[in-house]
Amino acid sequence: MNAWRTQNVRGFAKSIDWTLVFCYLVLVLIGWMNIYASVHSSEPSSIFDFSCRSGKQFVWILTSLGIASVILFVLNPRIYESFSLPIYIVTVLLLISVIFLGVEVKGSRSWFEFGPVRFQPAEISKISTSLLLATVMSQFGYKISRFKDFVMTAFIILLPMAIIVAQSETGSALVYVGFIFMLYREGLSGWLIFIIGMCIIMFILTLTTSTYTSIFVLVTVITVCSALNSRNFKKWLSIIVPAAALLAFLPAAMEAVSEKISPDSFINRINPLYILLGAILIGLPFYAFRAYREGSAFKWLSILSLFAGLAFIFSTDFLFNNILQDHQRKRIEVLLGMKEDPTGVGYNVNQSMIAIGSGGFAGKGFLNGTQTTYGFVPEQSTDFIFCTIGEEWGFLGSSAVILLYVFMIWRIIKNAEKSRESFTRIYGYCVACCIFMHLFINIGMTIGLMPVIGIPLPFISYGGSSLWAFTAMLFIFIALDRKERSYF
Amino acid sequence: MKLNRENKLLIGLVVLASILIAKLFYIQIINDKYKTDATNNSMVYSIIYPPRGIILDRYGNILVGNKVAYDLLVTPKEVEAFDTSAFCEVLDLDTAFVKKKMREYHKNRRRIGYQSVIMLKQLTPEKYMKFAEISYKFPGFRGQARSIRNYPYNAGGNLIGYVSEVDADYIKRNDEYKPGDYAGMTGIEAAREKDLRGEKGYNIYLRNSRNKIESRYRDGEMDKEAVPGKDVMTTIDAELQHYGQMLMENKVGSLVAIEPSTGEILTMVSSPGIDVDMLADIGAHYNEIAANPYKPMFNRAVQAPYPPGSVFKLVNGLIGLQEGVLTPQTRYPCSMGYHFGRHKLGCHAHRSPLDLEESIMMSCNAYYCYVLRSILENGKYKSIGDAMDKWSEYVKSFGFGKKLGSDFPSELGGTIPDAKLYNDWYGKGRWKATTVISLSIGQGEIGCTPLHLANLCATVANRGFYYIPHIIKDSDSLKIDEKYHRRQYTMVDTVHFPKVIEGMYRAVNSGYGSGGTATVAAVKGLDICGKTGTAQNPRGDDNSVFICFAPKDNPKIAVAAYIENGGFGATWAAPIASLLVEKYLNGEIGENRKPLEDRILKGNLMHKVKKDD
Repeated sequence: MNAWRTQNVRGFAKSIDWTLVFCYLVLVLIGWMNIYASVHSSEPSSIFDFSCRSGKQFVWILTSLGIASVILFVLNPRIYESFSLPIYIVTVLLLISVIFLGVEVKGSRSWFEFGPVRFQPAEISKISTSLLLATVMSQFGYKISRFKDFVMTAFIILLPMAIIVAQSETGSALVYVGFIFMLYREGLSGWLIFIIGMCIIMFILTLTTSTYTSIFVLVTVITVCSALNSRNFKKWLSIIVPAAALLAFLPAAMEAVSEKISPDSFINRINPLYILLGAILIGLPFYAFRAYREGSAFKWLSILSLFAGLAFIFSTDFLFNNILQDHQRKRIEVLLGMKEDPTGVGYNVNQSMIAIGSGGFAGKGFLNGTQTTYGFVPEQSTDFIFCTIGEEWGFLGSSAVILLYVFMIWRIIKNAEKSRESFTRIYGYCVACCIFMHLFINIGMTIGLMPVIGIPLPFISYGGSSLWAFTAMLFIFIALDRKERSYF
Repeated sequence: MKLNRENKLLIGLVVLASILIAKLFYIQIINDKYKTDATNNSMVYSIIYPPRGIILDRYGNILVGNKVAYDLLVTPKEVEAFDTSAFCEVLDLDTAFVKKKMREYHKNRRRIGYQSVIMLKQLTPEKYMKFAEISYKFPGFRGQARSIRNYPYNAGGNLIGYVSEVDADYIKRNDEYKPGDYAGMTGIEAAREKDLRGEKGYNIYLRNSRNKIESRYRDGEMDKEAVPGKDVMTTIDAELQHYGQMLMENKVGSLVAIEPSTGEILTMVSSPGIDVDMLADIGAHYNEIAANPYKPMFNRAVQAPYPPGSVFKLVNGLIGLQEGVLTPQTRYPCSMGYHFGRHKLGCHAHRSPLDLEESIMMSCNAYYCYVLRSILENGKYKSIGDAMDKWSEYVKSFGFGKKLGSDFPSELGGTIPDAKLYNDWYGKGRWKATTVISLSIGQGEIGCTPLHLANLCATVANRGFYYIPHIIKDSDSLKIDEKYHRRQYTMVDTVHFPKVIEGMYRAVNSGYGSGGTATVAAVKGLDICGKTGTAQNPRGDDNSVFICFAPKDNPKIAVAAYIENGGFGATWAAPIASLLVEKYLNGEIGENRKPLEDRILKGNLMHKVKKDD
């Protein structure tokens, strides 16, 4: 492999990473076939029938290949770095104007309509955000740990995200969370990811179990972390473990006791939560005293994070009931098992899991799926296209598709790591993050791991604007990567 | 491998992808639940409709049976070009209709898919057989047998009731029904819907991804047979009901007969009614029925609030006896009516004074004005209001003013006034016995149904009690509610009844010229006891009312006839009721009464009845 790398300026076509292009083509073809299978029902028609989605997708595929060729063979990869800011600004303007000028589709205003063609600016904004991120973060002297730079980066990500949320497309906005992995690679503290993870866990715990459990977990994690940081870890542990065990069983114990005594008695009026909060209040001054005496920033931070965590837990309820939209709240409730209703909100997921599950090991075979073609599964050629794959190609086919994606992302990351220019590396990570987020959320949704968030499966789902955007995104990276290779 | 951030991210990628694959492995390979559910999704249930239960009369004759009719189904996907004119000819259709239908199917082809839709409903077997012979010319069309109702007797649409497809509203109220199901909507069909309907069955088929039926699911192992509806035996006498229908033809009103010793309803006619020929396919005739100004859907026997008229004198007389303000020997004068102040409640010419028996026999109005006054102005009670309430309580003990609680649906309660009503109208202490004097002769604020009157007749026939009238016969397979076997005593002591009955006997059997009001009803050897009534009708001529039972001792039948705008009780109601009694007890009409029967059968009172516009 290294042998041909030593050549200086290499052949025009040879420097392209054909493996990635090949992966792309395979995924697009898989998508096309399965779109055909999902619309192929009682009325058999040709895969090229333009009144059908499969026929239309064929047009999207051809045009996407055109876009890919233009990016690869016509445009100079250098323009991306120079034009990233104007592109970003135009995109943001488009995102804002779609709220006022766009057509309403399923309760969200995020689509422009030009005659028969619909297009979603949110799809482009992933590319322009990635480009601007790459530009800004590859500047000489950029350090993510510096506050000013961090704020700048966060702003670039959060601005389109906020506008997309305003379009009521919370699902698409969630993809931007994926950029955190790129930021991690570029030096963002791992603690941030840890904190976000903790937030998610506490959010779920508060909703599914109780505030008590959530606070208990928070306190335990913080205490264990500070114990890990101290010199005599074992001594700390001998205090923490019994205390945690005692508090863990407190609500259950109190319940058992209260059944035996009269309902008016003193114990019954105490909420176990008060005991826990009381214990925290008593412990806090001692800890704060130690922090003060030792001058330990870590201990102060622990106290700070405790308060932040408590604030988060108590506002979760507000967040859940006031910020999230009705349908999203219901979807989360169903996902977390708080509500069982196979015909209500959970209908989509249940039907999609039935479709995938019925595929078994080897699947029912091309065009032989019964679940997706009868319309049991909604959005079968767009967001739920994976159902068709799962049903007709079985475990083998669906795992193969996932592995193909993993291979593609892996390859992108490897190529990104190899590049000399940080612009290419950062952009590559952005592409990998976007594809991964779409992959995980979309497939996770169809198999009941994630709430129903309507975002497409890259390269496979039906839809022009999504296919064009992912094609452009990927091929910009391939073009950047080629530029790198041709100089080695 | 170094554990730098790149590799940590790659590890994370692999871990998360593994979670996806692990979950896929679980739902696709380990857990069978989803595969079973998928089979459920692709199963097609083909419903088998059970035959509806048969309705029998008290002797086991079929009142309502079933016959086969065919629905013509079409599967638009399988239809090829066909000879429209031959198709229309054999099925007696309009070409435009067929073309319109086919266009409709084409428009909805996506929704219909491979399903079959009903094109024509309830073809007769003859018509369908003609089609079936050449059906090979029309691929995509097929017939589906369905049992529909058949009516051997003209038992009247209101009694039997009709069966029709359930609508959205009905399904909302009864969640075990699905669109396409049929249910009894009125009459006996509705009353015994639970027994008659049976249970649907189904065959399960599997379909492939092209929505074509492929095979039986597990070779029919999971299929369910339809359970036919239970037969229901009614208390109706089919022949008598049929005869009653004939007597009531071209009259507006109602005829109800009860067996006093059981409370079983023998006949219940409401006229005009729905012709049974229309019942089988009520949907096709619905507009015609609804547009009829005589309201044939209205079941007058249980729903019309009529003033009872003089028939009600029996009740007032019995209350007077029980209260002790009246004895059988009490005599009151009558000078063409009852005079109070400047007012007069008129009466007809008869001898005077009269005692109780004679007052019933000759139906004297003045007599009962005295009786009601003595009831209401009884020193036993603190005020006229208390006396009024007591009177109301007495009347209600005869079943008036409330639903009798029969098993026939949509029974009307009727009205019986009490002190509160008059206090509200006139103010407390501002009304007296003469204010409400028309109650004495069954006019004024009294409303009751013909069923109430028949029940009164049965009560008198039983000398003081009744059984709640009912229409379903008690049998081993279908037990009826215990309440129908319980005697319902009135508040009047049984010893008082014979005197009243004697008056009713004399009203019928005293011979022409004796002053008896119902001598027209007399049948030799049957000892009919009856009471006429002539109730005022603000919408034209008086209503003709008659109640009677026979024989006098050990009565077998109690009848109430109520003919709107029929004039005197003796003109129409008494002949009709007595003919019914004669038919029931003798099986036929005697030679001497044939002219009477002829007059009744030919009589047409429809022109006298004011129509609703």
